[in-house]
Amino acid sequence: MSFISFLISGISLGSIYALIALGYTMVYGIAKMLNFAHGDVIMVGGFVVFTAMSTMQQPVWLSILMGMVVCTVLGVTIEKIAYKPLRNASPLSVLITAIGVSYLLQNLALLIFGSSSQTFQSVVSLPPIRITETLVITGETIVTIITTVVIMVGLTLFINRTKPGQAMLAVSEDRGAAQLMGVNVNGTISLTFAIGSALAAVAGVLLCSMYPQINAYTGQMPGIKAFIAAVFGGIGSIPGAMIGGVLLGIIENLSRAYISSQLSDAIVFAVLILMLLIKPTGILGRKLNEKV
Amino acid sequence: MAMLQIENLEVSYGMIRAIKGISFEVNEGEIVTLIGANGAGKTTILHTITGLVAAKAGSIQFEGKELTKTPPHKIVAMGMAHVPEGRRVFSQLSVLKNLQLGAYTRKDRDGIQKDLEMVYQRFPRLEERKNQLAGTLSGGEQQMLAMGRALMSHPKIILMDEPSMGLSPILVSEIFDIIKSINEAGTTVLLVEQNAKKALSIAHRGYVLETGKIVLSGPAQELMDNDSIKKAYLGE
Ligand SMILES: Nc1ncnc2c1ncn2[C@@H]1O[C@H](COP(=O)(O)OP(=O)(O)OP(=O)(O)O)[C@@H](O)[C@H]1O
Ligand SMILES: [Mg+2]
Repeated sequence: MSFISFLISGISLGSIYALIALGYTMVYGIAKMLNFAHGDVIMVGGFVVFTAMSTMQQPVWLSILMGMVVCTVLGVTIEKIAYKPLRNASPLSVLITAIGVSYLLQNLALLIFGSSSQTFQSVVSLPPIRITETLVITGETIVTIITTVVIMVGLTLFINRTKPGQAMLAVSEDRGAAQLMGVNVNGTISLTFAIGSALAAVAGVLLCSMYPQINAYTGQMPGIKAFIAAVFGGIGSIPGAMIGGVLLGIIENLSRAYISSQLSDAIVFAVLILMLLIKPTGILGRKLNEKV
Repeated sequence: MAMLQIENLEVSYGMIRAIKGISFEVNEGEIVTLIGANGAGKTTILHTITGLVAAKAGSIQFEGKELTKTPPHKIVAMGMAHVPEGRRVFSQLSVLKNLQLGAYTRKDRDGIQKDLEMVYQRFPRLEERKNQLAGTLSGGEQQMLAMGRALMSHPKIILMDEPSMGLSPILVSEIFDIIKSINEAGTTVLLVEQNAKKALSIAHRGYVLETGKIVLSGPAQELMDNDSIKKAYLGE
């Protein structure tokens, strides 16, 4: 029974990784860059919701909405100011810029909220479900999994059924050819950052509700893990990010439970390295046909 | 005034001057061909017209509007389609989705549907393979898809960059027949080719490009009869 409960909480943790990984993978696929500041957008989302709920006493739904709006604007703004001028620069310059943006966000949060952790009041009011004496599923777990499933279905439909979604696929495969179809490439990149950042806000709220604390570094480790999940699933692939995130959460949780809680992160990284050795493009990744 | 009027166009890639001040025009209803050897600058010209590459100097007027000042994604909606070198179909998407992307800027559902039927009629193989991923098509089929995709925007003019590249002789003839019939159906064509013989055989007029400059121009028949062209481009 405890195995099932570890498995379920692993799926729930993995769902959060998946939501974050979607942002990494979509931005990588469409803008061809690693947005290392993505993890910190989660933290910003968490703090906005924290402030709205605890300080401003706003209802949960409005607080979450505010978090999503702020993160969307933040993501699009970061892209406009920091990344867009580097559209034709070397990948290394872009990477260094992204790391710089990440530190900027962390330090701004330190400045505003201080360095000590704050207690985050869970946004979930659903009571835990007791299936048997030992198998109890928390409300947070249920809400996280359901939210993630809904978002994934919605995102998949959006990508495959709508024009902006098709434009995203076209740009990710061949930016120039997409432009020849009349796709506004800059607009599509902005949209990608907007969606990724809104999802990061949701992930931030779910994460902080699961581990009810928040500080300036809250986004760092989940950001790195989600990046691993994206690579694991095949960077650039949307279903890959979903599968990679969930698998990573399960691996992490089971190794924490059965092997060692100190080693669980190391095991996650080891799995990634192993994966890259066996299949460098990730589970669903395809060969990158880098344009010259 | 010509439909497409290019004047004193200059394009550079960093220090490399790829196009060194050229002027030419395409009139409505024509097939005009630009012929030239590898690296002459043919692709660069087409890329500059549709905004993939920025012009350094000169002007490109399409129906009186200045394209060098138009955002590239707005050019398709003005009635200009570009079949790029190497086809560049979206290999991870189905044939049908590729064709739908060709109509990306259009909102007239009925018109799109009619054009889809027209494309299928012209290229029956695309209809048979409409749910297949474009990357799994043969080279010739991909060329047909790239042309069909361009037709889906219902263009007034199509720019085609070496549509015969890498195709068997039979397919090359088929592709040129199709280009001719697209033109006869009312679409103006600017055709870039290394296969000068075939290109001149369907074109009304032609320009000969050498390292970024136009060295000869005239009616296609005249160019075909020109001794230096015969030697350099027609292998006679
Ligand atoms: N992206 C680029 N960066 C630098 N130089 C380039 C670039 N693209 C083209 N060139 C150079 O510009 C010149 C013209 O190239 P272009 O591709 O327009 O020739 P082309 O006539 O289309 O040749 P081909 O028949 O081989 O396709 C060449 O000297 C080429 O090396
Ligand atoms: Mg070329």
